[in-house]
Amino acid sequence: MEKLSFVGKSLPRKDALIKATGRAQYAADRDFAGMLHAAAVRSPRPRIKILSISDKAARRVPGYVTLVTYKDIKGVNKWPVVMQDYPFLPQGEARFAGETVALVVADSARAAKKAAALVEIKYKELPSVADPLKALEKGSVKIYGKDNIVSSFVIKKGAVDKAFEKAAFTVEGEFSTNYQVHAYLETQGAVAVPEADGGMTVHSSTQCPFYVLDAVAAALALPYHKVKILQTVTGGGFGGKEDVPALVASHAALCAAKTGRPVKLIYGRKEDFQSMSKRHPGWARVAYAADKNGRITACRVKYVLDGGAYSTLSPIVLWRGTVHAAGPYKIANVDIQTYAAATNKVPCGAFRGFGQPQICFAQESLIDELAEKVGVDPVQFRLNNLLAPGDKTITGQKLNSSCGLKEVVQAVKRRSGWDKKVLSPKRQGDVVTGIGFSATYYGVGLGAKGRYLDRAGAFVNVYKDSSVTVNVGNTEMGQGALTVLAQITAETLNAPYDSVRVEEVDSSKVPDSGPTVASRTTLMSGNAIIEAATPIRERVFKTAYDMLIAEGADASKPMLAAGGLFSMGGKVVDFKKVAAGCWDRRQKMSEQGWYAAPRTTFKMEDGQGDAYVIYSYSADAAEVEVDLRTGVAKVKKIWAAYDVGKIVNPRLAMGQAQGGILQGMSWAMFENLVYKNGIMVNPNFTDYVIATTADKPEYDIIFIEKPYAEGPYKAKGMGEVPLIGVAPAVANAIKNACGARVRSVPLLPEKIWNEIKKG
Amino acid sequence: MTSKTATFGLSCLVNGHKVEREIPSSRSLLDFIREDLGLKGTKEGCGEGECGACMVLVDGLAVNSCLMMAVQLHGKELVTIEGIKGKDGGLHPLQKTFMAEGAVQCGFCTPGLIIASEALLRRNPKATLEDIKLELAGNLCRCTGYEKVLSAVEKAKTAK
Repeated sequence: MEKLSFVGKSLPRKDALIKATGRAQYAADRDFAGMLHAAAVRSPRPRIKILSISDKAARRVPGYVTLVTYKDIKGVNKWPVVMQDYPFLPQGEARFAGETVALVVADSARAAKKAAALVEIKYKELPSVADPLKALEKGSVKIYGKDNIVSSFVIKKGAVDKAFEKAAFTVEGEFSTNYQVHAYLETQGAVAVPEADGGMTVHSSTQCPFYVLDAVAAALALPYHKVKILQTVTGGGFGGKEDVPALVASHAALCAAKTGRPVKLIYGRKEDFQSMSKRHPGWARVAYAADKNGRITACRVKYVLDGGAYSTLSPIVLWRGTVHAAGPYKIANVDIQTYAAATNKVPCGAFRGFGQPQICFAQESLIDELAEKVGVDPVQFRLNNLLAPGDKTITGQKLNSSCGLKEVVQAVKRRSGWDKKVLSPKRQGDVVTGIGFSATYYGVGLGAKGRYLDRAGAFVNVYKDSSVTVNVGNTEMGQGALTVLAQITAETLNAPYDSVRVEEVDSSKVPDSGPTVASRTTLMSGNAIIEAATPIRERVFKTAYDMLIAEGADASKPMLAAGGLFSMGGKVVDFKKVAAGCWDRRQKMSEQGWYAAPRTTFKMEDGQGDAYVIYSYSADAAEVEVDLRTGVAKVKKIWAAYDVGKIVNPRLAMGQAQGGILQGMSWAMFENLVYKNGIMVNPNFTDYVIATTADKPEYDIIFIEKPYAEGPYKAKGMGEVPLIGVAPAVANAIKNACGARVRSVPLLPEKIWNEIKKG
Repeated sequence: MTSKTATFGLSCLVNGHKVEREIPSSRSLLDFIREDLGLKGTKEGCGEGECGACMVLVDGLAVNSCLMMAVQLHGKELVTIEGIKGKDGGLHPLQKTFMAEGAVQCGFCTPGLIIASEALLRRNPKATLEDIKLELAGNLCRCTGYEKVLSAVEKAKTAK
């Protein structure tokens, strides 16, 4: 085992001090001389034909500057995201309530908001679609193409009908899940600053500065080298700052271009709810077949996501859901059909798990039902069917040795005291406590569907004083990227951790590194840093060796490098001196690095191929109390185990795990966004409830580190993994407690109570 | 639209310094702090008193500054995150434990959480875990799962 000085240790977070003292500069905290403020004018109805937009009344607001509409777009009025069907500002038709129709610019945020409310949109209401299943029916109103299908995939393998005919046991069920709002505490925002040469600098709260770059350059018809995106400290993302910040930043940039002055655009919470991306509501019909020995022989899935009014990221969200739709099991015969349907509601996009949590809730609930039919304990049933190294996934991909699936399941089984608890749900008065289980896998990185974006750059620069700056193209959004990437840099260079500073993304300093999504940052940017730092490391190590020899070290002993020190035969020299020595020798102390993910494949006709470069694995057990009188359930404890490869920083990894579990539990139990007649009715934290300290369960979390040879210091990816399996584990625990099988998330008391009543 | 804004002569103590300002009487305390005083450590998460990101201490009590008018600060003492200091003038024990425990992730809720925790520990230095959970239930955090936040406050008790 390689001895590591910095990787694998809970070193302090690089950005903790500025955040704990209130000094961190988020987008809203940045001010510029002469700065104006923008506010959005939004469509009031699900689908309208815009007849006219008038700022006659708005002009009377003191401080009013101008109105910005599609007419002010110099470039092409198409936001360059996957399928390019979303205009920066609509010209003829607005397709969901809350869509930005125009922007008002004024000298204060208050004046801009006041004036925006006075802008008059004359419109004609058009027929609209709200229900994704209805949208797919033949006779439905057509709002997207000829069939309202935004995207569709299949995975076909073996002979499914035959396997179901021959099966000893079969189960089938319909499941649904509601929206999830990201509820990042910092709403969306950007500040655009015009430059003297006609260029534009945009300070953006974003996970994906290069998506912002694409969009701003397109909207303003500027060459990329005249656009600079500076990521601000970002107050949470979870996928919600993947695509849509590009739209927000483009709007700010259009306002700045028109007025020639810096313009700040900060979203209020309500408009953030109404117009920014969400986790797709999901619907699925899943069926499994098993033979008499309890081996799963076939799986059939129809999975539909509610894409909303524009395609945005739906195709790739759906694709991830498709690939993982049957669960982490060996299954020879599969028939998976998936659809993203267009509706006149808020466009849905990325959210931690990216199309997996919805289908995972369905299939992991149903696996419990299959185990029950077969008459085997649900954990044992999973163990009998889990994928193992050398096995093939449903896309025909052979798994390599970095697969700790069985180990994570066994760890959770053991630590949770599963065997005893599952047989005897505890009853005290009207309160019953049950336990439930789930197992998942997660393809790290963008996979075959996003492979053209799966590369990342890095720039490593060692100054004369030995301090090190690192520029990467992936972002810190709270998960700890600046810290983890600094640890990887320090390890590679043998530089003291304190001397390394990873900067927030500046799009002009690193090549397009793709998005900060898909739990890919440690893997992609980490490997790019290693590539950049390795030649510098060679110079540093050679220089250190020479310096030690010059000091009279005994060269018969090997040189040791650890913790920022180099030692040999009784002599020691530190990184600071060695860096100065390198500069004295006029050595090149800065390098670019690049990492492109290994090849992945996916055949559209049958969904076969090596979908992802590597997988992470998780298992969850949930202990849940149910009050039989009211149906109120409370999650008491979650046990979880993860194989996400080598853990770079245990404390940060634990934070990711706890945060991901709570987000998953909150979605499973509470979060219920409601639409009525195409209008969102609860766009606020009073009526859309997320988990608080009072709801927090107890956590028991461990990591089983199966090394990934291609990963930086053997790491895989972890950000999304902890969320995915929570909902089915909780639902299975409710079933274990009181017999209620609830097939729709959130698992609200009334749903549980109804099932209890049915008996 | 042409109505003249009524103003008010506000006098208060901000992070230990006397402040006197003529402000529009319709100004929220949050806007006064961020825009008029330029103290950007106090965050706006919702503007409706639902998330706790804008919490400040007014005469030692934690309040959502988005729900209070600036004029209500007249004659009172305001402490924002910028005024949270240890006895030695350095970091406050809560800031140290939040950093050490890993209670800081995206950081947007952190100033509000530290303020709410400080108000609790001033009032009840022996607050139990249940007291802390209850007190912080008005401060939303979407990153941490709250475990490390709670342990940070617990550890700060003994550091006080």
